[in-house]
Amino acid sequence: MNFKNEMILKFKAKSVNESFARSAVAAFLLPLDPTLEELNDIKTAVSEAVTNCIVHAYEKGEEDIELACSIDGDTVHITVSDTGVGISDIEKARQPFFTTKPEDERSGMGFTLMETFMDNLEVLPNQPLGVIVKMSKKIGNKGG
Amino acid sequence: MQIETIVKRNVLIVYLIGELDEYSAEQARRKLDKRFEDANFECVIFDMSKLTFMDSTGIGLLIGRYKKLYKKNIRAYIQNPCLQVEKILRMSGLYEIMPRLSNSEVI
Repeated sequence: MNFKNEMILKFKAKSVNESFARSAVAAFLLPLDPTLEELNDIKTAVSEAVTNCIVHAYEKGEEDIELACSIDGDTVHITVSDTGVGISDIEKARQPFFTTKPEDERSGMGFTLMETFMDNLEVLPNQPLGVIVKMSKKIGNKGG
Repeated sequence: MQIETIVKRNVLIVYLIGELDEYSAEQARRKLDKRFEDANFECVIFDMSKLTFMDSTGIGLLIGRYKKLYKKNIRAYIQNPCLQVEKILRMSGLYEIMPRLSNSEVI
């Protein structure tokens, strides 16, 4: 039988919520019996996506980040969306080491890590404002 | 997160304890820079045995510390990262500037 489940979280774009976001996703995924490495990969990707919203999307004030997670069989789909300033050149933003804030000691590795740790990554403009990051990963890829 | 340091034979060992992300980075940065001001050591080893999580914010922080130490001619190394941290360090190429000490070299 194809196991399905869904959850949506909405929280303020405060860095204190990063740990909450990645831990909540990890807890939600436990029924899939992921390996520690798979869990770590997903936690890192979620942390990167949420950090982007906090650091880049909302420079004026702390608005909401929406984190949706669904399980479809052995595949996890995660969507992180904001309604902030958006990204003017998404392709450029996805390049390794590209950052608009080098003076803040930003590594520019966020999207690269998401892409590496997940099976799929899509970065799309949100309507009317903001960014949607969609990523997915199959659990048990290595055949256990 | 917490930071503890000890000096052993002119080596400053920095224990990063907890989770290093956007939330904890600013305080960690301040603490480390304050500790590095009084440079009574010849090299720095970041011990990550108690660092349970790090994301790319941590990479940015480590590169920043590397640059500051480099100006003082102080080398920096990493030891004992957990699997999650190791994967990010390797992927980011950080080991090219801050080599990982193998267990036999651990002080």
